Amino acid sequence: MPLTSEFLPYQSGRNVAGPAKVSARGVNVFYGDKQALKAVDLDIGTNEVTALIGPSGCGKSTFLRCLNRMNDLIEGARVTGTITLDRQDIYDRALDVVQLRARVGMVFQKPNPFPKSIYDNVAYGPRIHGLAQTAAEFDEIVEGSLQRAGLFDEVKDRLDEPGTGLSGGQQQRLCIARAIAVSPEVILMDEPCSALDPIATAKVEELIDELRENFTIVIVTHSMQQAARVSQRTAFFHLGELVEVGDTEQIFTNPRHKLTQGYITGRFG
Amino acid sequence: MQFVTLLASLSLLSVVLYRMGRGRAIRSVGGNAATLHSLPSYYGYYVALWCGVPAVMLIAVWLAGEPFLLKSLVLDGLPSEAGGLPAARLSLLVNEVRQLAASGDYRFASGDVARAAAEHYRELRSISFAAMSVAALALAIACGVHALRRVSPSLRARNRVEGAVQVFLITSSTIAIFTTIGIVLSLVFESLRFFRLVPITDFIFGLDWSPQMAMRQEQVGASGAFGAVPLFAGTLLISVIAMAVAVPVGLLSAIYMAEYADRRFRAVAKPLLEVLAGIPTVVYGFFAVVTVAPFLRQLGETAGLTIASESALATGIVMGVMIIPFISSLSDDVICAVPESLRHGSYGLGATRSETIKQVVIPAALPGIVGGVLLAVSRAIGETMIVVMAAGLSAHLTANPFASVTTVTVQIVSLLVGDQEFDSPKTLSAFALGLVLFVVTLGLNVVALSVVRKYREKYD
Amino acid sequence: MTEMVEQMRISAVAEKVEARLRKRYGVERRFRLYGVAAIAVALTFLAVLLFSVLSQGVSAFRQNEVRLAISFDPAVIDPDGRRDHAILANADYAALIRQALLAHFPDADDRTGRRELSRLMSQGAELELRKLVLSDPSVIGTRRELWLPVTAAVDQLAKGHISRAAEQGGQFSERELARFDVLVAQGLLQPRFNKWLFTQGDSRQPEMAGLLGAIVGSFYALVVTLALSFPLGVATAVYLEEFAGTNRWTDLVEVNINNLAAVPSIVFGLLGLEIFLNLFGLPRSAPFVGGLCLTLVSLPTIIIAARVSLKAVPPWIREAAVGLGASRLQVVSHHVLPLAMPGILTGTIIGMARAVGESAPLLMIGMVAFIVDVPATPMDPATALPVQIYLWAASPERAFIERTSAAILVLLCFLAAMNAAAIYLRKRFERRW
Repeated sequence: MPLTSEFLPYQSGRNVAGPAKVSARGVNVFYGDKQALKAVDLDIGTNEVTALIGPSGCGKSTFLRCLNRMNDLIEGARVTGTITLDRQDIYDRALDVVQLRARVGMVFQKPNPFPKSIYDNVAYGPRIHGLAQTAAEFDEIVEGSLQRAGLFDEVKDRLDEPGTGLSGGQQQRLCIARAIAVSPEVILMDEPCSALDPIATAKVEELIDELRENFTIVIVTHSMQQAARVSQRTAFFHLGELVEVGDTEQIFTNPRHKLTQGYITGRFG
Repeated sequence: MQFVTLLASLSLLSVVLYRMGRGRAIRSVGGNAATLHSLPSYYGYYVALWCGVPAVMLIAVWLAGEPFLLKSLVLDGLPSEAGGLPAARLSLLVNEVRQLAASGDYRFASGDVARAAAEHYRELRSISFAAMSVAALALAIACGVHALRRVSPSLRARNRVEGAVQVFLITSSTIAIFTTIGIVLSLVFESLRFFRLVPITDFIFGLDWSPQMAMRQEQVGASGAFGAVPLFAGTLLISVIAMAVAVPVGLLSAIYMAEYADRRFRAVAKPLLEVLAGIPTVVYGFFAVVTVAPFLRQLGETAGLTIASESALATGIVMGVMIIPFISSLSDDVICAVPESLRHGSYGLGATRSETIKQVVIPAALPGIVGGVLLAVSRAIGETMIVVMAAGLSAHLTANPFASVTTVTVQIVSLLVGDQEFDSPKTLSAFALGLVLFVVTLGLNVVALSVVRKYREKYD
Repeated sequence: MTEMVEQMRISAVAEKVEARLRKRYGVERRFRLYGVAAIAVALTFLAVLLFSVLSQGVSAFRQNEVRLAISFDPAVIDPDGRRDHAILANADYAALIRQALLAHFPDADDRTGRRELSRLMSQGAELELRKLVLSDPSVIGTRRELWLPVTAAVDQLAKGHISRAAEQGGQFSERELARFDVLVAQGLLQPRFNKWLFTQGDSRQPEMAGLLGAIVGSFYALVVTLALSFPLGVATAVYLEEFAGTNRWTDLVEVNINNLAAVPSIVFGLLGLEIFLNLFGLPRSAPFVGGLCLTLVSLPTIIIAARVSLKAVPPWIREAAVGLGASRLQVVSHHVLPLAMPGILTGTIIGMARAVGESAPLLMIGMVAFIVDVPATPMDPATALPVQIYLWAASPERAFIERTSAAILVLLCFLAAMNAAAIYLRKRFERRW
């Protein structure tokens, strides 16, 4: 099946309900001479979980990293097209990248707690952004975030211990707590469970489902089961192009595109 | 020259025996080398090793033992009045005899006794050399021929040769250990002699350092004062100044290089910084004396300060410059070893670069940086040429950076350069200072290396 | 309702972030500036250092000489005409120079005048004439135009390093200055390449002091160092990397190597003094002993570099060779060592460069004496290049400051050449697996 950049993705199922939180139009990403993402148009709905799936190297992580401009950190990376957050262009000069990342938090593939105490890990974001002044305010934010991340009961007696001493699943939930401590509007998750065992994965998935109430979540995942479990909408990427996007249920039960079908039935990927 | 000839003839002999061994092995199987246990060349090596190694070992043992033998022979040959000399004078005489004999120039001999002894010594030495040459060559031929006889198709020549090479490898690796033992023994031995003359407590806690001994015993102040505290304080003062220059400059440049600079800037600036590390310390010393110290003194004059021309400040600053590349390259390594995922975690939360560096990268790299700084401190303490040239000679107990202070290494050099008397506390005190220097730097290094190693394990 | 609350929370956060933004970027800019400033400080020091050495040292490569018409008067050199070596060697060459100068300045033929003339020319001029006569006695009786060196004081005057005026410490009389000006005006006194710097040993007379003795001393020491530290270093590295496993013994070896790498070099000097000189009775001031001490300085560098390059050889090469039935030693000597050799050589050159610049241990073993003769063997007393710098730096004459800087330039050139060779090797043979 030849794919061209004029190729339009199948917009299947319902469109995003209400105004899109994030909306991408004609996004291309180049690493040096190599084009990693080709003319992607995608809307992310408010307070729902959008899963990005596709085989390795399909550009799903690249797209995710465009949403809070983490691609800026890669030498030679170039992004064209527009991405808006609440109808504001995030690559606009008026919007500062620091402000943007305070609004669009990120959780990474491998848990990466800072070599600080659990408390300081969570307090780090509020501290640099000046979201709290007094010790009591900090305590409140830290406790609240840890509780929302479902970690508080497990660590409440050892907040002074280094975050690197936790188990893998706990570390990842600590990273989620760290991200939500800044009260972002969108949380990006880059294969957050790929380094975790099944039990820890289940806990994190549960957590994602709860967080949906207050946050807009975009998750990149390798596992189609995970996408099916946690997301409301799913976008399928292939070779840097968005092939199909739609309701998760519909994508997995009744994909429109042959490539999508091939992928979810395990014929390639 | 004779010695080179001896070694050359030994090598030649080995080469000849190599060819003979190889040829004999091939002949022994009628040219069908595949039926030999090992490749023919191994038989050659086998014979050559048997020829060369015992002879070289004989020479080494001979040369190591020769001075002792010659010394006792020469002492026995001295006229009877020399026999009554005190041990110190005697060792001085032996030294002189050796020097005279080595140079072959008796014009500066202190007396007839020394001249005669030197001639005797020279004679004995040439006899000894001739005997050694004959013995070595004879041994080489004997062992070589013996080995040649043993060459046969079933001889496991490769295993023998490889065994010998392994022994050589293992012996080489013990050099480091023997050096350490040698350092410890020589320092401890002489220091003990020193502490017999000067109590160790006076040395470590004494506040007065004036090792100049009176020339004659009856002069006033015949025994100097050996309180080393002013030296420790001076060393510390200069090291602190050096660190005050090197740590901020080195660390900040490393941070800039690792976190901000683009590839092109790095490619230019990093080698330039490393040039600072390649400049010999004697050059830094000259720079301190000729450029930095006069500049600081003038600066002090305009500001109404008296800055000594051998001020601790000038010395410390220049030493700091010398240490900058040391700190910056070590810090650069540890900063680059901090996983990128931590930085991304921080940027992902909206931190700026400097916030990420100060609150995530540096704390994560801290053990490594501390280890690097400790290594740098040990280097500053042990640095010799800069301080010998630019710091003062007389000991003052002061914390004033504008004053002149002296250091442990300066004193070691000034005590040991020039004529020495090997039993005076003045000379021996240098070894006590060396022992302190060795112990302190060793301690710093052990701590630093273990800190760095723990750090490495954390991120590897 | 909850949406409203959520919206308010979001805008509250945004406000707080916005409020601190300017300040945070200010901190960011300043921090970046500190980094640039630190690098600038370090590089400024480097520039000042190199500039001060260069500006003081370059002039030492030229030495002022006077063109004199010397008549090799047989009556002065060899009155008997026997061409006897001893007589030729001890002839009064100063008289020849005086005659030639008096031809220029007939007014100086009195006691003060003669003394002043003798202060013009270096003793090196006499040595030059002597050398000429001894190598070719046929010049006796002829007349030759020769360039002969002036004293350091005149040289410095010509270079403008010391003042003419008596009140500013000038040491020349009016008459001397006048003669000097005449020579300069006639083009008879000119700066020429300072061959003395490269053909002579040390001297108390700055204009005759040269580096050859120190260079040869350094060379001998370096040869000894290389001959010992290269095989020992490589053997140690091969043993640790290829033969020994990790056990207590190798741990001990490793600890000691790290320790050696960090021991202050002066301690190696103390070891040399105590073991090599006092215990084994090796001669003082000999480059051979210096080389032994410097071996200890360069050994850790070589071992560490060799281990790194051995480690960099991928294990599949060893496995492939072992699979073909090679013994362990054959694997190492046929495959691993050749592949690691560029790295080992680079490390060796860098270790040698360290040893060349090292002087503290040499002070301890007496390679710090005033030695005029160029050493003929590694057992003769000698100095080394960095020690010569140290010795000259301690001499107060202006002419020695100039020569110290020149010696530093020579040393730095050697080091630069060695490092360039190391970089070339690394670039040329760098291999990525």
